[in-house]
Amino acid sequence: MTDYEDIAADLQGAVLTLSLQRPEALNALRQQTLAEIADALDAAAAGEQIRCAVVYGGEKVFAAGADLNEMSAYDMIDTLNDPRPGYWKRIAAFPLPLIAAVNGFALGGGCELAMHADIVIAGSNARFGQPEINLGIIPGAGGTQRLIRAVGKSLASKMVLSGEFIDAASALAAGLASEVVQPELTLERAQQLAHTIAAKSPLALRQAKQALQQAFESPLGSGLEFERKAFVMLAGSEDRREGIDAFLEKRKPEFKGR
Amino acid sequence: MTFETIEFVVDEARAKLTLNRPDKLNSFNAQMHEEVRAAMKTVQRDDSIRCLLLAANGRGFCAGQDLSDRNVAPGAEAPDLGASLEQRYNPLIRRLVKLEKPVVCAVNGVAAGAGANIALACDIVLAAESAKFIQSFCNIGLLPDSGGTWSLPRLAGRARAMGMALLGDKISARQAEDWGLIWKCVADDELAGTAEQLTRHLATRPTRGLGLIKRAMLASQDNSLDAQLDLERDLQRLAGRSDDYREGVSAFMDKREPEFKGR
Repeated sequence: MTDYEDIAADLQGAVLTLSLQRPEALNALRQQTLAEIADALDAAAAGEQIRCAVVYGGEKVFAAGADLNEMSAYDMIDTLNDPRPGYWKRIAAFPLPLIAAVNGFALGGGCELAMHADIVIAGSNARFGQPEINLGIIPGAGGTQRLIRAVGKSLASKMVLSGEFIDAASALAAGLASEVVQPELTLERAQQLAHTIAAKSPLALRQAKQALQQAFESPLGSGLEFERKAFVMLAGSEDRREGIDAFLEKRKPEFKGR
Repeated sequence: MTFETIEFVVDEARAKLTLNRPDKLNSFNAQMHEEVRAAMKTVQRDDSIRCLLLAANGRGFCAGQDLSDRNVAPGAEAPDLGASLEQRYNPLIRRLVKLEKPVVCAVNGVAAGAGANIALACDIVLAAESAKFIQSFCNIGLLPDSGGTWSLPRLAGRARAMGMALLGDKISARQAEDWGLIWKCVADDELAGTAEQLTRHLATRPTRGLGLIKRAMLASQDNSLDAQLDLERDLQRLAGRSDDYREGVSAFMDKREPEFKGR
């Protein structure tokens, strides 16, 4: 596997875990970090082996935001030509299930990174927030868009306009996180879930993820049409035959991705 | 570390934090809050510290808030007591309760107001026979803070909690022990020795496991049985991975004394 500087990639079976490796900077997301995440996910999507990915920051912190030293040097033109939106797009376009395992601070870009994942497993010490407003700026990687879709207008507006954080229990109640576990078990639980997901048909996983994403992209009618088309397409797959046969024969299916 | 309003000593895996404004019955002012906060951070971060003793100098334990810090002149704007709790008392209570190491409190004399509730936030509370617990808030138009309205009904039951909070009566150490507010009431001259012995013992125990016990007990106050059973499963999974668990089991099998490292 390629050597990265800001992240560590670990492959177990069909599950790729990307761990942020700059705890001394509270895993602040500098350009390089985002580029490495995007590269690693692109590589994972291009191969056959990986079926699910986990992104993790550590037991104490997920990612406390963008790298402010880097950002403070940017004027308007630099910001206009900033390569980071491109990295975010590539992360968002990762076609396989992505799980964020969040302990401690997930702030600013860190919160946005967690929201790029399909599923967020939060440690009980997790704190989510978009404190950009305190710096005279606003979230720049989906914080104003994905948060409001996840938690609703009032809470999203409070977080984006005041910069106040919410804790793991609130994130769970609001629907930002799917479950809360002990901080020492966050990664383990995320990986366990990833292995469960990775055992499903990779064709069905890709279609299911795309269909779920359509819910944010299109009105209900077109979303339902997309779902139907994907459903019909899967009807032609060997994996569907295998899945149904295994169910009827009361055995575990063996999916091949065909 | 040098402090003026507290004494802070670390000795053989034990930290001792002594409130030290005896002429003011160890009541809290801004400086004492700052110093206690600094000491608590050390206790939190230093893995070699495996037990904390909270004690006090002089004849009283702690009279709560120093009211001379908060004198309200007639006609002056009301102070924001919420801010004082948010910034000072609440973080202290959270630190004591969430600290994943045992906290022993030696109540040597009167513990009033926030002073009583800080003591009751500790894990094992010892009190000298002459000590008193007073929820004095009702006498100046306030309600019990620093966790009082949470801990009192849980420790003493609603009837006694209400009596204490609405009447502000002095509860003797003996009575506090009978009601289950505290672990033990001891003779005045035995308090220091008992606290010493207890912290020495606790500092050699499986600290990680003790910390997880605290975490589970705290969570149980809000959890359903189902949620708590799930939590016990997860925490036991963690405890089972500790070096001290291995040591505990192997010492038991070898019929020898275990040597716990706190990890």
